[in-house]
Amino acid sequence: MVRTRFQQEMEELREKLLRMGGLAEQAVDRACQAYSERDLARCQMVLENESLINAAEREIDELAFDILATQQPAAIDLRFILAVTKINSDLERVGDQAVNIAERVMDLIELPVVELPVDIARMATAVGAMVRRALESFVEGKAELAQAVLEMDHVVDRMRDEAFIMLVRKMNEQPQVTQQALDALLVARNLERVADHATNIAEDVIFWVRGADVRHHAQELAAAQPQPTPEQ
Amino acid sequence: MGVGIKVEHLNAFYGKTQSLWDINLDVLANHATALIGPSGCGKSTFIRCLNRMHETIPDARVEGAVHIGELSVYNGTSATQLRRRVGMVFQKPNPFPTMSIYDNVAAGLKLNGFRNRKKIDEVVERSLNGAALWTEVKDSLHKKSGASLSGGQQQRLCIARALAVQPEVLLMDEPCSALDPISTGKIEELIFQLKEQYTIVIVTHNMQQAARVAEFTGFFLLGKLIEFDKTEKVFTNPSDKRTEDYVTGRFG
Repeated sequence: MVRTRFQQEMEELREKLLRMGGLAEQAVDRACQAYSERDLARCQMVLENESLINAAEREIDELAFDILATQQPAAIDLRFILAVTKINSDLERVGDQAVNIAERVMDLIELPVVELPVDIARMATAVGAMVRRALESFVEGKAELAQAVLEMDHVVDRMRDEAFIMLVRKMNEQPQVTQQALDALLVARNLERVADHATNIAEDVIFWVRGADVRHHAQELAAAQPQPTPEQ
Repeated sequence: MGVGIKVEHLNAFYGKTQSLWDINLDVLANHATALIGPSGCGKSTFIRCLNRMHETIPDARVEGAVHIGELSVYNGTSATQLRRRVGMVFQKPNPFPTMSIYDNVAAGLKLNGFRNRKKIDEVVERSLNGAALWTEVKDSLHKKSGASLSGGQQQRLCIARALAVQPEVLLMDEPCSALDPISTGKIEELIFQLKEQYTIVIVTHNMQQAARVAEFTGFFLLGKLIEFDKTEKVFTNPSDKRTEDYVTGRFG
């Protein structure tokens, strides 16, 4: 029995989420480029595109709600829809973080350029890779890829901690650059939050694919092999 | 109170055709257990083996062991003894058409030799209450025949009839497939309440129904029990790919 309408709706949901993922990923990339290049135009693009992300979030929620109400999905299909709704919410927040970064950059552009002891570009590369891999794991339905994202989160956390220490020291040593250092520190924190959302997305992919809940220190479970199929 | 059911190496045959293959299953007392699977998978044959209805078909036979509580179904127990302890409700409501509502419920008691009118009155009321039908029929117990009730009421009458002999196990073979959603809802609510006192095994084609009423679910395919687990596990993360394909509607 092929449930044509159901399969079409599931495919539509998947495509909508991928488009949403593309928008969120692009927003973070643009915001980080704007930081590196002090580019006001890119900041404005991020701000303007936020409404697209919000609209996409609503569309995905509506479609997921319709499928749940009309198709009564079960097992892997049910897990897929639950994962999509949670990933949707995470992507919307990734978009919010991109907006926050863009706003910090707009603030920085107004201030004199100073040398800061933080490598935002390096952090942005790591975070961007996490988002990309999390979305790839969703596209390919591969828990192994998602597992790799979970492991990258610690790296970004360390970068954020280092940035915090170095920037606070800088503020103490040179109070006249406090505003710039504070903006950079907030950008580092925003990027770390994006990494957290990528981690959530990866956890949701693992839940969808393996049926295992690996949130909150349960990463060991994800690494474990799926249970063998019992045979009669 | 309900009792557990233990099924060991159960094989069932129609002549030379084997319809059940080495079924092993423990049904917990005072729980509802649903059996699902595509048509012809053996789930109805299985439930009919639990109260020895399978052997009523010419050439049909059963191998293996079934225990209902301490009772060995295929070893030293008569079908009559067994069916006093195992009630059954079928797909299509089958009240005795010419009997009144009261007599439908009392039929089993009378067949078992009960003559005490007061006692029978009590049992009829208790059974109709147990089947959530009492308030709808109490004023026409003797005036109306079982066949005059709606489909949903008839099915609840059949449940009351089964409850009257105070069984420990209630077998239900697609009890809602001929009913509208409202009547189905009433029967499902009833199943939820009845499992306090009885062990319930329900065969259903409606997977949402299995998910709603049963704590445990077994998936049958081609005469084999493919998977048996907690219902939420079967419907959210089944262990076997075949179960997943069935509950997600990829076949069946």
